Amino acid sequence: MPTLNGLPSMSDESRTSTPRHSFGQRIFHFLGSMDLAITLLLALAIASVIGTVLQQNQPYTDYLIKFGPFWFDVFESAGLYDVYSSLWFLAILTLLVISTSVCVIRHTPSMIKDMWNLRTHVQEKSLKAMHHSQEWDVTSSVDESVNKLATELSEQGFRVKQTEKENGILISSMRGGMNRLGYIFTHMAIIIICLGGLLDSNLPLKLAEWQGRIQIETRDLPTNQVPAISRLPVGSNAFRGSIHIPEGRSSEVAFLAMRDGYLVQELPFKLEVKDFRIEHYATGQPKSFETDLVLYDDELEHPLEVTISVNHPLIYKGYSIYQASFSDGGTGLSLEAWPLDSGAGHEPFTFETKVFENRQMHWGEESARLEVLSFRPFNINPDPTEDDPSNLRNFGPSFGFKLRSKTGEAREYLNYMLPVPRNGRDFYLSGVRSSPAEEFGYLYLPLDSDGELTDFNQFLKRLHDDELVDSIAHQMMLETLSPMEDKDDKLEQSLQESLSGLVEIFMAGGFTKVATFIDTTLPEAERDTLGAAYVSMLNEMLARIYFSGMEPTESNADTDQQLTFLQDAVDAIGSFSRYGSPVYFLLADFEHVEASGLQVTHSPGKSTVYLGCALLIIGVFLLFYLPQRRFWAIVKNKNNGANIVLAGMSNRNPREFDLFFDQISEQLKQVSGNSQQ
Amino acid sequence: MRNRINTLNIDNDTALAQWSWRGLMAIAAVVLLMLYSSVFDSYEIGIVVLTAVSLALLGQNWSGFRRHVIAVTLLSFLSIWRYGQDLALGETDFFLNYILASQSAFMWMSALFVMATVAYFAGLFMRSDFTEKVASALTWSAATMGMIGLMVRWRESYLISHDVGHIPVSNLYEVFILFAVITALLYLFYERRYKTRSLGGFVLLVISAAVAFQLWYTFGKGAHEIQPLVPALQSYWMKIHVPANFVGYGAFAMAAMIGVAYLIKSSIEKIRPQNVLATGLPDLSVMDDLMYKSIALGFAFFTVATVLGALWAAEAWGGYWSWDPKETWALIVWLNYAAWLHMRMTKGWHGRPMAWWAVIGLFVTLFAFLGVNMFLSGLHSYGTL
Ligand code: HEM
Repeated sequence: MPTLNGLPSMSDESRTSTPRHSFGQRIFHFLGSMDLAITLLLALAIASVIGTVLQQNQPYTDYLIKFGPFWFDVFESAGLYDVYSSLWFLAILTLLVISTSVCVIRHTPSMIKDMWNLRTHVQEKSLKAMHHSQEWDVTSSVDESVNKLATELSEQGFRVKQTEKENGILISSMRGGMNRLGYIFTHMAIIIICLGGLLDSNLPLKLAEWQGRIQIETRDLPTNQVPAISRLPVGSNAFRGSIHIPEGRSSEVAFLAMRDGYLVQELPFKLEVKDFRIEHYATGQPKSFETDLVLYDDELEHPLEVTISVNHPLIYKGYSIYQASFSDGGTGLSLEAWPLDSGAGHEPFTFETKVFENRQMHWGEESARLEVLSFRPFNINPDPTEDDPSNLRNFGPSFGFKLRSKTGEAREYLNYMLPVPRNGRDFYLSGVRSSPAEEFGYLYLPLDSDGELTDFNQFLKRLHDDELVDSIAHQMMLETLSPMEDKDDKLEQSLQESLSGLVEIFMAGGFTKVATFIDTTLPEAERDTLGAAYVSMLNEMLARIYFSGMEPTESNADTDQQLTFLQDAVDAIGSFSRYGSPVYFLLADFEHVEASGLQVTHSPGKSTVYLGCALLIIGVFLLFYLPQRRFWAIVKNKNNGANIVLAGMSNRNPREFDLFFDQISEQLKQVSGNSQQ
Repeated sequence: MRNRINTLNIDNDTALAQWSWRGLMAIAAVVLLMLYSSVFDSYEIGIVVLTAVSLALLGQNWSGFRRHVIAVTLLSFLSIWRYGQDLALGETDFFLNYILASQSAFMWMSALFVMATVAYFAGLFMRSDFTEKVASALTWSAATMGMIGLMVRWRESYLISHDVGHIPVSNLYEVFILFAVITALLYLFYERRYKTRSLGGFVLLVISAAVAFQLWYTFGKGAHEIQPLVPALQSYWMKIHVPANFVGYGAFAMAAMIGVAYLIKSSIEKIRPQNVLATGLPDLSVMDDLMYKSIALGFAFFTVATVLGALWAAEAWGGYWSWDPKETWALIVWLNYAAWLHMRMTKGWHGRPMAWWAVIGLFVTLFAFLGVNMFLSGLHSYGTL
């Protein structure tokens, strides 16, 4: 069976590649060889896997933690943190482009010829030898038959040419010559796309860095202090940068993330963010992110005002500005610092701060740095107060911060602005954790009947009032010992000290510390009985201290309410040692400022790439779905009529061509007159 | 009147059938355009016209497809009409609840696909033409129910709320159905063309696997709930990018399953030439050919899909290529099949090695389709499990 792929140049190749070629020719052949092409395609595929398995362009410290110093270095020198712009990866890509180019250069001439050439040099012998071949006689004359066949072939969309041969007339015809164009298009497209991609890559930046013309900045500097060597002027270079612009502010630069640092790219215009909005669906999921932008350019008569959103960028002078993300733009917060330590009882200290602002706080001897991290205008979270995590609700605004001690240790907090109801009572909720890997643990501060922290604060104050505690301990001691006949001073004193001491221990470490105290100081035999007695004495003390500041109430309901409040307050105070902060920051008010995260890109190669893509798609469809089909017929004189030898071939889909050949030959037989075969 | 003979028309239908079908599609398009001229933008007009043209082309010589399109249209309208404006009817109306609400239609689809798989294999092993015909009919019904389910789900999303409404190709659950339907239609196309039903069981095996996954996903994870679109997906590119991708995935999956059949037949032929698998399956050369055709089809559509994806990425993420894991895996799949095609076309390889390669290709494709969402993180994190 003759080859139906019918690419003459491919078989030429094997015939002509004798070892007598010069070195240059051999290189050229090697570069254009199919083996190399297939190897490169697969090599590129395998190399691409690496970059998807290992997350690319992460902060270098993350890699260091993940791999340890040895492998970190190995991987870094292999370029694995940015595989797709590593030298070896680019080398494979370059080889592929070269190989494809050689292939195109080598095949294009024959392809073009094949596209037009109707092949008039065929012999009857070879037609009869072809896989698809038929022969029949007709009564009509040679000329008449030729005419009919040629007309029918034209009607079937073939290009037809007749040539006189010594023994008759040869009709050569072809359909789908554009198939060959498909080859040229697809392979040119690969080259064009890669070149366009090169224009848009950061290769020039790498080169400039390598030559020392630019330097990646790794410090966290205000924009205007970034040295010139890390700044890129406005130019024709490709880049993909990002900026966060708070509402009401503007920027004339974008930042390009490079390995473990960044470069500052200057822009030929100024971008101002007027407003950033998030809209939500009824379910609370975000529905749209939008920014009202103003673009200032001296060449514009009026500044350009546009609203961009995800999927709807602004394109100006070849620069595209996209909505990429958002963040806090320095929301103003009014905070009240309620002391939880011995300072309790004072009015809270109020002050203003902002998200991302740090300030040193002092209380007594101690001090810590308050680092405000975040603000959220609302939180639709699973309710942490219930067991069912699918129960979502809005917790209102919250802000996050860290308190960093002098030694540098920090705990992270998350305080909710609005009281959270739990079992019908209202609490202020504050989450705390000592590392981001942990879940938040929550402190619940009970609110008084006015919805404030005042009662709690007053209770705390009384607990810290040694004189008051002592006098209540004294009172309680007297009441406890009154039924006894013979009191002795030592017993009295020891009991009173125990009572005060218990309160002190509780204040220092909650019930956990009380339990430890009981375990370590009481003899084992008495631990159970005495321990229980201690706890109930402590509870009694706490209740007395609490009620000592209260007006006596008439109704039972009020008393019940006070008792639950007492219980809540005791629970809260009991967890202070785990909470770790001597103050509670209450968010009294805020002024929300958001920052819009924009991505600014300049890709001069884009239209080249798109052209390549168009060629690729057209080419692929031509290749697969426009088979090149040739038919030949030799018509000779025979017994007053004519003898017809028909043959056909196609360069793909042989199976379909079987049918096609049958149908066409049937049609041709019909039009050329009765077959006498 | 004489027909021009061309590739799509292996079996020409009568001119009457052809012209009525083309006419019907033209009328449908015109009616749609007239009814909605005030709300359609140029993009939507383009979609309507292109859809009509492709349906006309596909259906002109393919009576099964014509019946499919008509059934999907009528039944979808019926369901939409039963719904009216009230989504709750989906659970109270007997007809919707048991047949045509999208969830019910998907259940029917699943059941029918599984039945079709069994029937195809039964037909193959019993050498029963009749059983195989039943299997084809079941496959057609399954694809029809699946397509109706997608149409109805589309409407249901708008009944939830206007801003939630979107074409159902936006998450893993929805594209699984799309995958099953498209793969089935592709198979049916080649079944008619190559006049062989004995491969049906193999192809339907992947579909059944998809259906099984789908059921687990529905009942295990409640994934069937219609979710509103995240902002990044609110783009008309999605509507064409995703279906184009799934023609690719479907075709690659079909090629792999034909590869499996090829490998089975070629091994069994040598040891037990009388075995039904040796005698019942199509000629090796037919399967070889089919494998090539479906990989070529998949490659063409995958190329389109990847380019569309790049255009979309340029609009949504600011760059046409970001080496995001999903993008990169699409490239890997594409390069793999490019190598396969070269091997076959220019080096003339065929037979078992290519069949093995097609099977391996399915795993690469599967990773690009599912694995990336499950194991790798990136910008494409919409359909996580
Ligand atoms: C990324 C790179 C490449 C892509 C995407 C690509 C794509 C294609 C496609 C889709 C086909 C059609 C296959 C078919 O008809 O089944 C093809 C055919 C072909 N390719 Fe490539 N190709 C690439 C690189 C190369 C290279 C480097 C060479 C040179 C060695 C080459 C040589 C050929 C040849 C000779 C044909 C046969 C054309 C024909 O017979 O119609 N290709 N290519």
